[in-house]
Amino acid sequence: MKYSVFSLLRNAFQANRNWKPAWRDMSPRTDHVYDVVIVGGGGHGLSTAHYLAKVHGITNVAVIEKGYVGSGNVGRNTTIIRSNYLLPGNTPFYEWSLKLWEGLEQDINFNAMVSQRGVLNLYHSDAQRDAYARRGNAMRMNGVDSVLLDAAQVRAMVPYLDFDNARFPIRGGLLQPRGGTVRHDAVAWGYARAADSRGVDICQHCEVTGIRIEAGRVLGVETTKGFVRARKVALAAAGNSSRVAAMAGLRLPIETHVLQAFVSEAIKPLVDTVITFGAGHFYISQSDKGGLVFGGDLDGYNSYAQRGSLPLVEHVMEEGMGLMPMLGRLRVVRSWGGVMDMSMDGSPIIDKTPVEGLYLNCGWCYGGFKATPASGWCFAHTIARDEAHALNAAMRLDRFATGHLIDEKGAGPTPNLH
Amino acid sequence: MRIPCPHCGERPVDEFTTIGTADPVRPEASSDMKDWVDYVYIRNNPAGTHREWFHHVGGCRAWLVVTRDTRTHAILGARTAEEARKP
Repeated sequence: MKYSVFSLLRNAFQANRNWKPAWRDMSPRTDHVYDVVIVGGGGHGLSTAHYLAKVHGITNVAVIEKGYVGSGNVGRNTTIIRSNYLLPGNTPFYEWSLKLWEGLEQDINFNAMVSQRGVLNLYHSDAQRDAYARRGNAMRMNGVDSVLLDAAQVRAMVPYLDFDNARFPIRGGLLQPRGGTVRHDAVAWGYARAADSRGVDICQHCEVTGIRIEAGRVLGVETTKGFVRARKVALAAAGNSSRVAAMAGLRLPIETHVLQAFVSEAIKPLVDTVITFGAGHFYISQSDKGGLVFGGDLDGYNSYAQRGSLPLVEHVMEEGMGLMPMLGRLRVVRSWGGVMDMSMDGSPIIDKTPVEGLYLNCGWCYGGFKATPASGWCFAHTIARDEAHALNAAMRLDRFATGHLIDEKGAGPTPNLH
Repeated sequence: MRIPCPHCGERPVDEFTTIGTADPVRPEASSDMKDWVDYVYIRNNPAGTHREWFHHVGGCRAWLVVTRDTRTHAILGARTAEEARKP
């Protein structure tokens, strides 16, 4: 069923009794050879399935997810989209992602609540202003929108910040007006529904337990529901990438770390953009339900637990108070953690692997949500054509051996600092 | 998380800084480039028991090797770097 105002009205008049599930609940077909099996039914796996089907006409595809669709990082992030990157290997990719976000809802016929409310990165010193000016110029050279604001302009936009903070006074900001937020769960659901409508099998509660390889070529995946044959296998397992890749004998330049996020009780509209605190690492926006959604840094140690520890909670709250003292009057109602595939240079990998027919998508650090459309789009291209698209040509698995790193932050091989 | 520092006793994790895995062994200077790439960039990244460096910056300033379960955050032991080097 195509969703529209008419389908809404028609179903409303039928007391909403006739809505159908948005996608078929499938088990992988074990008597069948899939063209592509995607391991991981998160945002990236599902968008890959959608673009494989839509752009490349490859619909004989299964997405295999160990939990339920949206139970991983696509349902655990702070929903921010932006393309304010500095380096040539990154900027065109993220800008393509933002362009795909702009047309996403029409493309997949699903209301993902894409809201281009702007992303404002604050600067607090002359040196930081210069760095942001450089970043803004790099963005403009790549056709990305960016505006450098002084303190008065920022004050006019968001007057409730602590501008005259003694340690971290706000001197201005770099604004990307086309950035914003998206309803994250709807992205997973929308891509799942769009892929399913073209014939992709979405298989939930089915865990991949092994990858069968013969003579250097992938044959399929072992799962808790039997062996599934496939001509190509594509890994999009986020924080569990190292574990899944190990099934194919690969060791990755990845560490898994926990990132926490928080939401406050709902209040009336206050934060109508996305604000990031430049003196630390803190970002905040307001959901349509009214809760302030915010987060900060990684806990800093390797973790596969989807929860963090209290010192980091305190640290994030302190940063929030440094930016916006009124936050102290609010109660935090929920916090949660997601496990991040932190790469050794802070940038992702979308590439073929040394195993024929095995493809890898990982290393999203904690920037994976905004990349969801372009990641799937480029991964689908890489799988279908057996070669990288120009947009992900730099995101190679072997760049660590050849020295072609994409290190936005210049932090070196320290995954807990990216 | 509380880390049992051999010098200071059980202390909260925010007194410590970590630089991550203690497993990779620095290759000889004359080793192949592949060994160096493995050492610098490639990680086992286990879901389970993991040995990692913690620096007790807010305490005795000793470097420790802490054994910890990455699935549960349970601390299984902590030794000084010198002790940890012994077989």
